[in-house]
Amino acid sequence: MSAADTIYALASGAAAGAVAVLRLSGPRSAETVRRLAGGLPPPRHASLRRLRAADGETLDHALVLWFPSPASYTGEDAAEFHLHGGRSVIAGVMEALAASGLRQAEPGEFTRRAFLHGKMDLTAAEGIADLIAAETAAQRRQALHQAGGGLTKLYGGWAERLARLLAHQEAAIEFAEDGLPTDLDAKARAGAGELRAEIAAHLADARRGELLREGLVFAIIGAPNAGKSSLLNALVGREAAIVSARAGTTRDIVEARLDLAGIPVTLSDTAGLREASDEIEAEGIKRAERRAEQAQLLITVFAADQPPDAETLRWVRPGALVLTNKCDLQVGPSEIGGMPAMAVSALEGAGLDALRSRLTEAALRLAGAGEGNQLTRPRHRAILTEAAALLADAEAANLLELTAEALRAALFALGRLTGRVSVEEILDIVFRDFCIGK
Amino acid sequence: MTGADLTFDVAVVGGGHAGCEAAAAAARCGARTLLLTHKIETIGEMSCNPAIGGVGKGHLVREIDALDGIMARAADAAAIHVKTLNLSKGPAVRGPRAQADRRLYREAVQALLRAQPGLTIMAGGAEGLELDQAGCLVAIITGDGQRIRCGAAIITTGTFLRGEIHIGEKRFPAGRIGDAPAIGLALAFERLGLPLARLKTGTPPRLDGRTIDWAALEAQPGDDPPEPLSWLTERITNRQVTCGIAATTPETHAIIRDNLQSSAVYGGRIQGVGPRYCPSIEDKVVRFAERERHQVFLEPEGLDDPTVYPNGISTSLSEVVQERVVASIPGLTRARILRPGYAIEYDHIDPRALTLVLELRQVPRLFLAGQINGTTGYEEAGAQGLMAGINAARRASGAVPEAVFTRSEAYIGVLVDDLTLQGVSEPYRMLTARAEHRLSLRADNAGLRLTERGIGWGCVGADRAGRHRAFAKAVTDALTRAAADGATPAALSSFGITVNDDGRRRSVLEVLALPGVAMERVEAAFPWMRDVAPAIRTQLEAEALYAPYLRRQEVERRLLEREEKAAIAATLDFDSVDGLSAEMRQRLKAARPATLGAASRIQGVTPAALAALAVHLRRDAQRFT
Repeated sequence: MSAADTIYALASGAAAGAVAVLRLSGPRSAETVRRLAGGLPPPRHASLRRLRAADGETLDHALVLWFPSPASYTGEDAAEFHLHGGRSVIAGVMEALAASGLRQAEPGEFTRRAFLHGKMDLTAAEGIADLIAAETAAQRRQALHQAGGGLTKLYGGWAERLARLLAHQEAAIEFAEDGLPTDLDAKARAGAGELRAEIAAHLADARRGELLREGLVFAIIGAPNAGKSSLLNALVGREAAIVSARAGTTRDIVEARLDLAGIPVTLSDTAGLREASDEIEAEGIKRAERRAEQAQLLITVFAADQPPDAETLRWVRPGALVLTNKCDLQVGPSEIGGMPAMAVSALEGAGLDALRSRLTEAALRLAGAGEGNQLTRPRHRAILTEAAALLADAEAANLLELTAEALRAALFALGRLTGRVSVEEILDIVFRDFCIGK
Repeated sequence: MTGADLTFDVAVVGGGHAGCEAAAAAARCGARTLLLTHKIETIGEMSCNPAIGGVGKGHLVREIDALDGIMARAADAAAIHVKTLNLSKGPAVRGPRAQADRRLYREAVQALLRAQPGLTIMAGGAEGLELDQAGCLVAIITGDGQRIRCGAAIITTGTFLRGEIHIGEKRFPAGRIGDAPAIGLALAFERLGLPLARLKTGTPPRLDGRTIDWAALEAQPGDDPPEPLSWLTERITNRQVTCGIAATTPETHAIIRDNLQSSAVYGGRIQGVGPRYCPSIEDKVVRFAERERHQVFLEPEGLDDPTVYPNGISTSLSEVVQERVVASIPGLTRARILRPGYAIEYDHIDPRALTLVLELRQVPRLFLAGQINGTTGYEEAGAQGLMAGINAARRASGAVPEAVFTRSEAYIGVLVDDLTLQGVSEPYRMLTARAEHRLSLRADNAGLRLTERGIGWGCVGADRAGRHRAFAKAVTDALTRAAADGATPAALSSFGITVNDDGRRRSVLEVLALPGVAMERVEAAFPWMRDVAPAIRTQLEAEALYAPYLRRQEVERRLLEREEKAAIAATLDFDSVDGLSAEMRQRLKAARPATLGAASRIQGVTPAALAALAVHLRRDAQRFT
């Protein structure tokens, strides 16, 4: 790969459709458009052109868009061909591009180029990556917000405030003789406290944004033959797990995806909890328990016609959902382990609607609907946690230069999210805000 | 007159603060050195305010002193008012500052230079440069045609490069009031195609102290006893004087506002960029219109000299307006102006054309130091002169010029790195905010940080070297003992020192870091502390105070070290690096960073550009291994 590389890719995906969009980016975009379309259309206007191969054969009548640098998605010269969506048309144009020495883009390469050309910062680029990967509506909302610079704006605003606090502290250190206000240090500490509280509130989100991005895990756990697999099948509406009357049919974890109010949820059916009869079952039970530990929501299932078993009772804890299945056979207890139990019948469907709405409520509570400024990545969380700790140091420090030191370190940390703030920018604030100089 | 060629190892052009340190350092390193200057009697002249040091600047002076330079010793010999700034703050940001008797300072510098073996001083100006076919400097040519052959030359012509003075609407070429500018050299630099740019600076009018009503002013005494700048000075012996503080009034501001057109800057006759931290009084009045008063510090220029430097009213207003401005200040109503204030515009070389040893990348053996590189201040000039002197001596002797400090070692390292990497957009002044490692780069430990390096480079005399090593050993011993010795909370509380009663033993260093513990109690608990000399105790206290922060900085420094080790070849073509925008390419080409770490510090270089550069370097490394 060199600077002269020009890349292309089908932007509209592999599935056949009425229209296919082919995108190019790189220094040879203009010459390529000229060769194929017989001239460069006016910038950013859709123009209908005949596309020809090198031997003069017509490939398609297509809409051609030309985006000269830097006002393009990647910041490079770029173009789009909106082709008729037939396979042979697409293949023909792609062949013509390859023959002109262009290279097919690697996954994510357009966005990477946009990032390298400063068209977006890292959090926005992460947002674009999430947007492309988004499966559900809430994920899409969250990714769109981030790609649109929502987080950039929030974090950038914090960095800006922090830079100002540091600048005022630096002024107090460098220019003590210049008749500056005497409360700069106190104000810097107070400002650090306010900022720390805001960042702490942003962090205290129970990982909602990250959970939405990654998806939630709900685990179904219970004794053998309590009807866990039937419940999973009933909830997802297909035979995802094998169901039989034999206890211990499910030995490994069976997963199925649910979309609950736009939140992706992985529903895990697990091996029944009991004294294992063989090595394979023992491993299955170990896996079930591990999955239960990791899950954001536990669905404990008891058979209404059996007394609650001790193995499953261990998992009945605040926040868990308690079900008595097989309510078609017998009315179970209304309370198990001190928690109210919901009666359902996986087989006949009784209580399933109520269960679905309980699961949806839980999903919304855990992951949110993807609105507003949500932390979406562990990278962001680690940096903000560090910055908040440094701001606490700044508040507590007993010398001006130690407050400044902690503020500087916090700004340096935030810089990993928003780009580095240079000393010169700090000095700009000093000289703008104060009359310095004897 | 054209005599036979003269030959030296190192020729230094200019007798200001950069030139004096450069010549003295080169000679200390064993080079046969020539100092060429227009007027021998003005060697060591303080052309602006008569003070050395301050916050940041004081750190630089101590570093110059640690390398056995002359500035601190001369300042101590001339000091008439000494004050450590920021005394109420921690040791890292305290800045020693001395106001000097201008004549005594000059005399002290000249005496130190005359006493320096291997140094010849000659009157004359450099008008031309002679290069060999390879483009290396081989000689400088004086104004009267004398050819001076040399192994290396250092140009330190300050504001003399096409200098032009402005007083109101008057303007005339000059390097400093009363001195001719250097035009020949500017033309020589231009012919070499070196990047030149224009800056400006200014001074206030000088007043006759006998016409000032001192009784009407707030008096500002110096510290008693005054603390010397040089580690070698036992004590300051000059009589100490008191300064006065006056202030402008709304009337002053009205006069200035009504006469802005007479100001050379506001009248549009000056294009150069001035320093923001040293604005003219016109600037202050315009930019901070809401302020009703601006302080004016009245600093006597000498013990037998009535001249007073009114620090705070630098100006390029016309002489008539300057008189009205001064007369409007309470206490100065009858004050006579001895010399009007002026603004001076001058050429400087874009210091990004220099390597880290201050040698021109495109003209080997030619070094530049001081204001010519876009800095302001005696201390910044002296520090560059010193480093250029050491490296020019090495270059002339055939050794590799590699006397360089990193940013984590010295303010000098910060200064040179900033200049050669960022260039300047205004006259560059040192500030402690520029040093990421501020807590360890203290004025009080400059010798401990740098003298051993200086001994290795040969620029430190035997006297200082011997005393330094004894002191350094004593500090190390005391630190070791203070880290090893300690007491339990119960034992400490019996001496009136309260700590959290968790049974954990606290070291002496930890006890010293506790806020508000009286030294007598520490001494009672650890009697050996009584015998620790004050200078060593200062080191213990500072290390104790900053210990947790220093540990964190050390972690940060190690993290950055990997970037510092990723070398960028001097031949790398930034155009071949994929994914760099035109703007990033231009910034990188101008600065030519030597490492990825240096590239990351260039102003305005984005994280994305660094990522692209890092990818390129890694791919290059793979190709060749």
